[in-house]
Amino acid sequence: MASTSNPPNAPPARRMGIRIALIGCNHRTAPVELRERVAFTTEQAVDAASQLRQRGILEEAVVVSTCNRSELYGVPADTAAPIADVLEEFLTAYHRIPRSDLEGRTYRWMGADAIRHLFRVASGLDSMLLGEAEILGQIRTAYGRALEHGATGPILNRAFQGALEVGKRVRAETEVGARPMSVSLAGVKLAERVFGSLKGRTALILGAGEVAEQVTEHLRNRAIGSLRVVNRSFDRARSLAAAVSGQAIPWESLESAISAPDIIVTSVGDAGAILTREKLLRALTAREGRPVFVVDLGMPRNVAADAANLYNLYLYNIDDLGEIVEQNKKARETEIPRAEAIISEHVAKFEAWRAGLEASSVIDELRGRFRHEREKLLRERLDAQGVSPEERERMAGITEELVERLLAEPATRLRHGRGTQEHLSSIHALRRIFGLAREGESGEEL
Amino acid sequence: MLNHTAYLALALYAASFFCYARALYGAHRWVGRLASLFLLGGIVAHYCALLERSYGTHTIPYDDLFGSMSLFAWLLGLTYLALEIIHRQRSVGAFVTSLLFVWVGAVSALAPTQMPPPLPARGPLFAFHVTLNTWAYAAFALSFILSMIYLFQDRILRSRRAVAAFWRFPALDVLDGMSRSSVYVGLAALGVGVVSGLIWEHRLTGTYSWGDPKVIVTFLIVAAYVAYLCLSRNAIWRGARAARICVLNFAVVLFSYTIVNLYLTTFHRFF
Repeated sequence: MASTSNPPNAPPARRMGIRIALIGCNHRTAPVELRERVAFTTEQAVDAASQLRQRGILEEAVVVSTCNRSELYGVPADTAAPIADVLEEFLTAYHRIPRSDLEGRTYRWMGADAIRHLFRVASGLDSMLLGEAEILGQIRTAYGRALEHGATGPILNRAFQGALEVGKRVRAETEVGARPMSVSLAGVKLAERVFGSLKGRTALILGAGEVAEQVTEHLRNRAIGSLRVVNRSFDRARSLAAAVSGQAIPWESLESAISAPDIIVTSVGDAGAILTREKLLRALTAREGRPVFVVDLGMPRNVAADAANLYNLYLYNIDDLGEIVEQNKKARETEIPRAEAIISEHVAKFEAWRAGLEASSVIDELRGRFRHEREKLLRERLDAQGVSPEERERMAGITEELVERLLAEPATRLRHGRGTQEHLSSIHALRRIFGLAREGESGEEL
Repeated sequence: MLNHTAYLALALYAASFFCYARALYGAHRWVGRLASLFLLGGIVAHYCALLERSYGTHTIPYDDLFGSMSLFAWLLGLTYLALEIIHRQRSVGAFVTSLLFVWVGAVSALAPTQMPPPLPARGPLFAFHVTLNTWAYAAFALSFILSMIYLFQDRILRSRRAVAAFWRFPALDVLDGMSRSSVYVGLAALGVGVVSGLIWEHRLTGTYSWGDPKVIVTFLIVAAYVAYLCLSRNAIWRGARAARICVLNFAVVLFSYTIVNLYLTTFHRFF
């Protein structure tokens, strides 16, 4: 499933001298069995980037590897072979897997398309769970490691710093990452709608199953003041409590334990309604009416349905939370165009910056070419005629001035048109007309 | 009434509302900061507009309905900005600034074009008394807005349907805290305002007009808000019930500000 089309809303690929190349596979293109085989450990990511540079394949390199993707980003060195083939060859050889296994399972982007892909990844638009926040941290870590080991240069530094900025902007300015997308996180976020910051609040976890662990983790991340765990198996309660620096409570003390916490999370299997309306009413009275937020993740439900009417008690069961998560998914999807607009803005900024570099580079190369021709001409015409050194110097000065005058106008024009399509085409035309294109840079093939 | 500074204040309130609303729907952090800056700018411009009016009347503009309403709006904005800084919470800003914009716009549009004539001098103590009482009403208006948002948020939480803005609103606990802070400001201002009014009256006439409907309703307002503060900590009343009390209390404030001032009192009918 090799991808050759542009990402959504992408402008057509441009063929320029300074480019970023990308090859990778993710949850959309490769099954988990294959992703596992091409995943990089932290050490491998650093080593692979280093090898890519040492072998002269890439001038700059960053390896991004998460549970859902493995991607090689780089600035290609001058090579005769199409860079994507070389990178794919490297990827398969590094992980010692047959190349045929990766056939049709990778995507390859070049230039602005590669940048757009990186920005979409950082924004969470390319994630399995739309807008998930972890990916931004993973990109930051991958880039930080590459930077630390000297694997990056001006191009990738600019690209990855841009990606981190885009990721932050998309999350701050759109709803793509704003609403909880898991039942456990939705429960905790709703509790924040009642209490504000959960710092210093108290929570009681009934049951020690997987969902309870997830909720506990979210609560701990929010610096909850006190965490108590009650389970029918005291050993299991103690083990979860120890893992989260909480306190295990015997099952027999449940009734007294429920009067203290601000948040109660229940996920006890096959137990039915453990928390009756009467028990919760007693707990509320003992709390002097201070609100209690109850998340019932049990199946069958652990909290009596009629408790939902109690004053200052907010009760959410697994269906309520599931429905909110569904609403949030839809809401996130409607935000994609806004996120894409931010990405396009930053891709254009990057391209303008890159075009500036291109322009300087083309002018420098032209200057070198003209000087070379000038020297050649002076040698052929003046040295053969035995012209005096003074006369030769005078002629050299005049021709040098001629070179600078010839270059002044194109340099000014290229400086002023930064980032426009016409400008980029002009740079490309200059390279082609004067034969400045690097080998293997036809741009027809990656 | 619309002079250049009043136009500027209106424009800044509108800009502030726009930024607060954008911030509510997930704009960049600086948009929220910009909203606060615009509000501050609006308050400063509004102050200048009030000052300009004061030059005409030679006192704080409380003597005509429009000046008094404009002063009320200015104090509302000022109190909100102070609470925003103390509670570090901007998500209520869109509601307050929209109200400010409409209020100041209406007052400015409906105000007579001619300045009211200079008033007989009543001294700074009287001006202090009226300003503090107006400030108290503005603070109670703010607590009313906060309580309404509290009830809306509580309703959504109970219905278990999360609408878009729900995730951006302040938490119930924060709204409750802001509302109580606002009532504390209002009670303090009203207390000092009433005392300064009594002193002023005693100096002038040697008596206290305890029987004036405005004075009676004012004491009723004090009692109602003190009750709110006590009940908002009470096991049975805290939360949505206390918020409802706060909303009802504001009805008494409105009654005092409109019906009592316009029709019932003789002593406090200053416009």
